[in-house]
Amino acid sequence: MHILDSVDAAATRTDIPEFRAGDTVKVHVNIIEGQRSRIQVFQGVVIARSGHGVRETFTVRKVSFQVGVERIFPVHSPVIDHIEVVTRGDVRRAKLYYLRNLTGKKAKIREKRES
Amino acid sequence: MSAAKKTTKGLLGKKLGMTQVWDENNKLVPVTVVEISPNVVTQIRSEEVDGYSAVQIAAGQIDPRKVNKPATGHFTKAGVTPRRHLTELRTSDAAEYSVGQELTVDIFEAGQLVDVVGTSKGKGFAGVMKRHNFAGVSASHGAHRNHRKPGSIGASATPGRVFKGQRMAGRMGGDRVTVLNLKVHSVDAEKGLLLVKGAVPGARGRLVFVRNAVKGA
Repeated sequence: MHILDSVDAAATRTDIPEFRAGDTVKVHVNIIEGQRSRIQVFQGVVIARSGHGVRETFTVRKVSFQVGVERIFPVHSPVIDHIEVVTRGDVRRAKLYYLRNLTGKKAKIREKRES
Repeated sequence: MSAAKKTTKGLLGKKLGMTQVWDENNKLVPVTVVEISPNVVTQIRSEEVDGYSAVQIAAGQIDPRKVNKPATGHFTKAGVTPRRHLTELRTSDAAEYSVGQELTVDIFEAGQLVDVVGTSKGKGFAGVMKRHNFAGVSASHGAHRNHRKPGSIGASATPGRVFKGQRMAGRMGGDRVTVLNLKVHSVDAEKGLLLVKGAVPGARGRLVFVRNAVKGA
């Protein structure tokens, strides 16, 4: 699909930091309520990145009041104000769907040790 | 004759493929990108000479050696280099066009509705479930090797034959298909690109004809 690269370039963002599954991120989401707009932060573990190019998405999972909440964002969505990478996780999978079945200490992801 | 009074605008283009963009409300829009390199007017049909009013437009590159003598003569008469595709567009304001005139993508504007005509992808010899959306036969309950078959195709001794037009398996696709009322998302006059919301018939790289919506609300 290299033919459409020039079209996609307009819709692609370049200010997104590098992150992968296992990382904990803070996604600052722009929310427009009527005239006002405010920023809401969604913090959680990235459990998957899927697709590529302009249609790539990532899934962020957090546990809020003992309820698992997952949100899927398009990487290049204009709704995202910015993304902060909080920690880098040490994981062996690209998709961390197994976290859905784990709770407590088992659901923790080790932090990657920079060497 | 309301059709004779209608003024339509249309251009030949090439389907490049689909992608997605965001609109001003940050909503995702699936778009088909159509490349429209400048078209040329090769002939004007008028009520007096031809009995109807239309413009003939041409587009696409072709090696002049591959164009036969009659077609070469036709293009020479219009004063343009030979093109690959020719089409006629019925419109009542044909007299306002001039032979040899170049038509570019900026006759369309963002937000307007267009119709796109193309040739659908060929599916080969297809069964009735795929070709005519038949329901097929049950997966279980004693069904035996007839899961995708049509079932009955008619009655018994009366009429004693299968009616004409009975839908059966056969060649599917490769037909001329028109999709009505697609919204133009944006026009890139510099690159000659037209972004149309939604899908357009045919494979990538195939010829499509884009005209303003004839039945648009």
